[in-house]
Amino acid sequence: MGWFKRSPWILHYNATSCNGCDIEVIVSLTPLYDLERFGIINTGNPKHADILAVTGSVNEKSRQVLINLYEQMPNPKVIVAVGLCAISGCVFQDCYNVMGGVDKVLPVDVYVPGCAARPEAIIDGVLKACEILEEKYSQQKKIQSRLAKI
Amino acid sequence: MNTIQEMFQVWSMLERMLAFVLLAPLLGGLIAGIDRRVSARFQGRYGPPVLQPFYDVLKLFRKERIIVNRFQNFTMVLFLIFTIFSGALFFAGADLLLTIFSLALAGTFFVLGGFCVGSPYSHLGAEREIIQQVAYEPMVILMAVGMYQVTGSFKVSVIAQYQSPLILYLPGVFAGFLYILTIKFRKSPFDLSMSHHAHQEIVRGMTTEFSGPTLALIEIAHWYENVMLLGMVYLFFAFNPWLGIGIALLTYLFEIFIDMNYARFKWQLTFGSSWLFTAVAGVSNIIVLGLMKI
Repeated sequence: MGWFKRSPWILHYNATSCNGCDIEVIVSLTPLYDLERFGIINTGNPKHADILAVTGSVNEKSRQVLINLYEQMPNPKVIVAVGLCAISGCVFQDCYNVMGGVDKVLPVDVYVPGCAARPEAIIDGVLKACEILEEKYSQQKKIQSRLAKI
Repeated sequence: MNTIQEMFQVWSMLERMLAFVLLAPLLGGLIAGIDRRVSARFQGRYGPPVLQPFYDVLKLFRKERIIVNRFQNFTMVLFLIFTIFSGALFFAGADLLLTIFSLALAGTFFVLGGFCVGSPYSHLGAEREIIQQVAYEPMVILMAVGMYQVTGSFKVSVIAQYQSPLILYLPGVFAGFLYILTIKFRKSPFDLSMSHHAHQEIVRGMTTEFSGPTLALIEIAHWYENVMLLGMVYLFFAFNPWLGIGIALLTYLFEIFIDMNYARFKWQLTFGSSWLFTAVAGVSNIIVLGLMKI
């Protein structure tokens, strides 16, 4: 049974986003979209989270924070880049302080396009991320069983 | 009408303990699921499936085990064990005082777990948990005292078989117990030390450093605790078992209603109000009862 698919907990981090995508992430928790009907909870704690939703482009200041958050999350974990800035840096990619999208720093699993990303798109992306989470868990188990044989 | 009482009388002490250990998490998880669904409906949302707490716990058992130090999980396992122990004592019909004290001991281990990790959020949560314990503990003991005054025994089995309604003798104690029950259920005006769901102020408070399987254990201990507390509510209406179960469930619904309608209190207000309520409702009830008996 896919338990990860049924209860993914999200950690949301704003890496210098303009707040457009942040508002859309919060909107998807409101009564109109209600992410919790999929068992999704917005936690504030990386140690409880399965999915890291990042909004905004990454710069020198937010890079270390992002890496810290990612490393505090227990395996299996996935990253969702929400919005164009998180995907590529968008209009800010030529700025001297901007490194670009989240994938410059961490391995991104799901890209959710849009400026700002629509709540429907975010929900779709998160549900895609759940499937990847499930896949990562089964891979992890395979590796563990192989290691046990050795 | 008395089928439940008869059923309990037929079972031996060990059987009743075993029934609690096996059935309470199922019941507690179901109640937690209904809680989340009803809370969502109060907020105009659709809400998660009723079995969602079980999904959460099963997922948490599959997560990686991250610990900060060696003692961290030890205290939480003790918390679970003592919670189960006190619940089993309660449903076996043993001494009510012993039940209450072992529950307090379980709470102490929980606080120790919060203190033994390095996170400042966890420390703040643990400090608040202590304040909460000081706030609710007098009322819990007063409840046992009140029940003793009426029935002449601390034994749960005797109290449960007392034929006249306890609630008529102890309305103040019941009101006070309802007040502190909000703290014990970790519902909104008093969810200072660790808050569930989406609202968080000090990250996750006490459980900040507890992840994966340990968090699942905390969740399960919480289910056991909830079932036991609802059992205590049942004792007030034990003269009619169906009424007792109905009122216990209604109490939980009432707590959800309170949860949805109040913002979080500061610790000063939590502490002051619960002691004031304990004094006004609980202590005065017991004094009046004492005068009436003489």
